[in-house]
Amino acid sequence: MVEWLIEPLGYSFIVRGLIAGILAGTACAVLSAFIVWRGMAFVGDAMAHAILPGIVLAFMAGISLFAGALVAAILTAVGIGLLSRRGGMKEDTAIGVMFTGFFALGILLLSKVTSYQDLTHILFGDILGVARGDLIAMLVIMLIVIVAVLFFYKELLVTSFDPGHSVAIGLSPELVRYGLLLLIALTVVAAIQVVGVVLVLALLVTPAAAASLLAKRLPQIIGLGMVFAVISTVVGFYASYYADVASGSAIVLTLTMIFLMAFVYQSIRKWMMRSQ
Amino acid sequence: MLPQLSVYGKACDTPAIEHTPALEVEQVVFRYSGMPRPALEIDSLRVMPGERVALVGPNGAGKSTLIKLVAGLEKLQSGEIHVYGNPVLSCMHRVALVPQRSTVDWQFPVTVREVVMMGRYVHLGWGKRPRQEDRDAVDEAMKRMEISNLANRQVGELSGGQQQRVMLARTLAHDADLLLLDEPLNHVDVATQELVFHVLEDLCKKTKAVIVSTHDLGILPVHFSRALFLDRQVIADGPVEEVLTAQTIARAYGFEFHGGESLSKWLNG
Repeated sequence: MVEWLIEPLGYSFIVRGLIAGILAGTACAVLSAFIVWRGMAFVGDAMAHAILPGIVLAFMAGISLFAGALVAAILTAVGIGLLSRRGGMKEDTAIGVMFTGFFALGILLLSKVTSYQDLTHILFGDILGVARGDLIAMLVIMLIVIVAVLFFYKELLVTSFDPGHSVAIGLSPELVRYGLLLLIALTVVAAIQVVGVVLVLALLVTPAAAASLLAKRLPQIIGLGMVFAVISTVVGFYASYYADVASGSAIVLTLTMIFLMAFVYQSIRKWMMRSQ
Repeated sequence: MLPQLSVYGKACDTPAIEHTPALEVEQVVFRYSGMPRPALEIDSLRVMPGERVALVGPNGAGKSTLIKLVAGLEKLQSGEIHVYGNPVLSCMHRVALVPQRSTVDWQFPVTVREVVMMGRYVHLGWGKRPRQEDRDAVDEAMKRMEISNLANRQVGELSGGQQQRVMLARTLAHDADLLLLDEPLNHVDVATQELVFHVLEDLCKKTKAVIVSTHDLGILPVHFSRALFLDRQVIADGPVEEVLTAQTIARAYGFEFHGGESLSKWLNG
């Protein structure tokens, strides 16, 4: 058993992949609670898709894909912030129109420059292709996310619960929302390496969704979500090594299984409480 | 955005100016963008410390707009608003708001204690953790509103009345001088309503002032010292017993009384 666990770790690129998964998963899980409870899932998904042209342009220019994604992500966060400030059209409509457009542009650029194989890496993640530099960047991103959420916890709390009170005490909910969008942008960039553009949403939503079925308090939801994200990264990683399946989908499917188990557990508990 | 950055959590260095009204509104005209006529036009309005003012009028009369302007949720377009002698927004400590229920995300996972603590945020600012004095103020406020036993419950699990007690406890923890309550009595049980007014009356014995918007005309004679009828402008303003007449109500709400010139019995308390 121990041998079975240790065997893949003999290769440094595999160790890097595993660490990358844990770092990105943890960062996602911390933000997940806010994304779920503030109803920002769609924004997170749009962000992941809109980053694609940035990655492809970076590839074309021969610079770091990570840097390309980062710039695109920050621009996207600012874009979403601006779209939500102006009235008129509903925010999700504006975001839907803009960022599917960017995604299409990314695909179009991609089809001009690379083969289909590279496309799957970006769309579905390439956990074993993580470079040492990327790993450091992911560590920094995870630390930024954790420190920011700890430091601004009460500001996140009040702007989520009662934005009116927040304005009345001089704290701008838009400013906090901008900050949160930037954190999501950073995290999406880290997570894209692991699960790809298409599946990032799962890491942003499912950890807190599953945790919310089992815990009521926000710190518990965040903590439990982190545990779920790390477990599914590790399980998915080994599944991918031994069964030779795509790592991103293995991680996401494990996460989905955890959610389903939590859902069944909670349903049974409710049913038992009612029949008592 | 920048001025707001600088206000949050900054210690209030503008003391209340003595012998000034708790609230002074002068020449204020406010128009929502895209609307043909102003939502609110007030030439002059003064609320003195110790007053309990009921803000009455039909939907769209500008009750919420006035409260939002004073709390800083809407920006002043013309005219002036002073709170205890200082320009509005110069001192966030002094004004506390209980917003309409619908603007709060009751499902968000926070506990009663956490929500009441939000009343202390204005004294803390960016990134600062609550101190012992903040925790004491929160305990005191919860005790006053008789919700100490609910401290660790999620607010989403509570009844409407209990939630409103939490909001008033937050306002007490805030320790403001001018309290604005926007329709606080919707979905509230009688026991909570009595407690709310008891606490508000207590506060107004000192130098605080309270403005409550409400549709419930029946409580005016019992719980308020003054009634302000709004319909985009001040229709009537004065002691409740003088202002609460069939004519005023008909004017404010835009209908004709059918039962002659006298109020129905429930309004006379």
